[in-house]
Amino acid sequence: MKREPPQTVADYGPLFFPAGMLLLFFVVPFGTMIAVSFFQRQEGGFYTPAFVLSNYERFLSAFFGGVLGFSLMLAITVAICCVVLALPFTYLLSRLTRRLQVFWLVALLSVLSLSEVIIGFAWSTLLSRTAGLSNLLVKIGLLDQPVALFPSFGAVLTGMVYQALPYTILVLYPAIVRLDPTLMEAARTLGSSPIRAFFNVLVPALRNTIMATLIMVFIFALGSYLLPQILGRPQHWTLSVLITDQAIYQSNMPFAAAMAVFLVLVTLGLVALTLLIGRKGEKA
Amino acid sequence: MSGLVLNNVTKQFGTFTAVENVQLAVPHGTFVCLLGPSGCGKTTLLRMIAGLEDPTNGAILLDGADITRVPTHKRNLGMVFQSLALFPHLSVGENIAYPLRIRGAPRADQQKRVDELLTLIHLSGYGGRPVSKLSGGQRQRVAIARALALSPRLFLLDEPLSALDAKLREAMQVELRQLQQKLGITTIVVTHDQREAMTMADTVVVMNGGHIRQAASPIEIYRKPADTFVADFIGSTNLIETRADSSGAATIFGHRVQGLVLPAGAQKATISVRPEDVHLTAPGNGSIDGTVTFVRDLGGTIETFVEAGGQQIIAVSTPRERPEVVAGQAVGISLSPDVCVVLKQ
Repeated sequence: MKREPPQTVADYGPLFFPAGMLLLFFVVPFGTMIAVSFFQRQEGGFYTPAFVLSNYERFLSAFFGGVLGFSLMLAITVAICCVVLALPFTYLLSRLTRRLQVFWLVALLSVLSLSEVIIGFAWSTLLSRTAGLSNLLVKIGLLDQPVALFPSFGAVLTGMVYQALPYTILVLYPAIVRLDPTLMEAARTLGSSPIRAFFNVLVPALRNTIMATLIMVFIFALGSYLLPQILGRPQHWTLSVLITDQAIYQSNMPFAAAMAVFLVLVTLGLVALTLLIGRKGEKA
Repeated sequence: MSGLVLNNVTKQFGTFTAVENVQLAVPHGTFVCLLGPSGCGKTTLLRMIAGLEDPTNGAILLDGADITRVPTHKRNLGMVFQSLALFPHLSVGENIAYPLRIRGAPRADQQKRVDELLTLIHLSGYGGRPVSKLSGGQRQRVAIARALALSPRLFLLDEPLSALDAKLREAMQVELRQLQQKLGITTIVVTHDQREAMTMADTVVVMNGGHIRQAASPIEIYRKPADTFVADFIGSTNLIETRADSSGAATIFGHRVQGLVLPAGAQKATISVRPEDVHLTAPGNGSIDGTVTFVRDLGGTIETFVEAGGQQIIAVSTPRERPEVVAGQAVGISLSPDVCVVLKQ
């Protein structure tokens, strides 16, 4: 269906409300944050309007650079783990009977109702030495004595993957359900085993969805600031943890804002890069 | 025996029986159409032959070997799906080369075979195009070429032409039949279109309710339908009640029909008479008398609706032998016994 482009101001009418909301609740706060990132901090107090670059200068150090690198690495790892786990799961889910699918989706949605705090403390108990899963491994003879599996990088990763997995599945689900099931059958009649067909038909056919899901989980994981604190050591703290720390505990709003702006810029850059690579791959 | 043999194949989905005790032999190189209304089990039967469904009971043999439990990807089939199932992320050539690629054929061989097949389906030079840039008929042919890439032992098609418009469909039917004869490949097509089945098949298998009602050549299915369902489903027909009179001779609406013989001992039977076999005469001259209720002149053919014995009988004739009748006129219907097919009860 071909539509005519809008002619008069009135034609744009339906856009006014969402545009207004976006302006009021997104552009204005974000603009405020950018402005604050250039303000002068008052030691022990608040901040005064000014135009200084010291907040950004302070950020350009090996320490914050390292934290930024770690944050990005963690978010990318979480995104990849989630998609790798969710893709086969969602595919198998889409082949179940309608009733079982509804059951699983409701179960996944109920996981979303858990707060980050509860997830964090639940995993810290599960991974602890005294009450954790390692006791089970001792019982079945795989370990000699229980060990503490947290705080560690693995624990942070586990917690964050657990938190992001339901979102990943819910994003992949519609695309996989809509995918023509005869594509996989056709691959089988042409001589592909089901596992090969999964990799050389389903995954490439869902390429764009997988890209979009990776980006979504990546951004979602980048904002996580509780789980790294609960399940990790200080070296596992992400930039989001430091931003929270500066904004709330150090009362250094300008520096927190500068870090947040920087994080947004780096994230946008990475997303743009991913899209660019995706488009190039499509042409080839 | 070489070819495909289905031995008492049954498929149940829960309590629903989709296919029941199907017995069928398809000799090597023949073209078989599974024909029936939707829900008759024809697609399920095809999917069992392909290995996409496991039969609940029975065995499937290909060239003497039992393939009932052989997984699909080891059966060496070519299958064309109703949706065509062309891989959207691959070009035309890559789609056709897919079965060769996953078997690790050298690149040069793949290219050679793809070119051969593109020539076969009259799409030379289309190899590099994305599938989405093709028309419906072209996609159809690409799906066929992909299924034939490995010279499979069995060529299966599930309602392959249903997405095409009527004109293209007719042309593709002829093309498909010619292709099959050229390659001599055992082919099974599922369709609900009887014209399609009549055009292409060596053997038409008419199915209903999970059973095979009749399996025979198209002309035999048309001329000698086995039962009421087949007679009614294939073409249009007049189904007429016949009774035996006191002397045992067959009568229609009380009139004796010379030469028509009912099965021994039967008191009544249903016969099928094709409309083109119904001839109209002057009243009193035929075996049945009736009244014309409507004349439909279609130019190429003329259909005359006659009310006789409380039932409507349709006669079809060509303009050359046009019966000069109008609605309301009394006519006689003459039925020669050799066009009356006594149907199984």
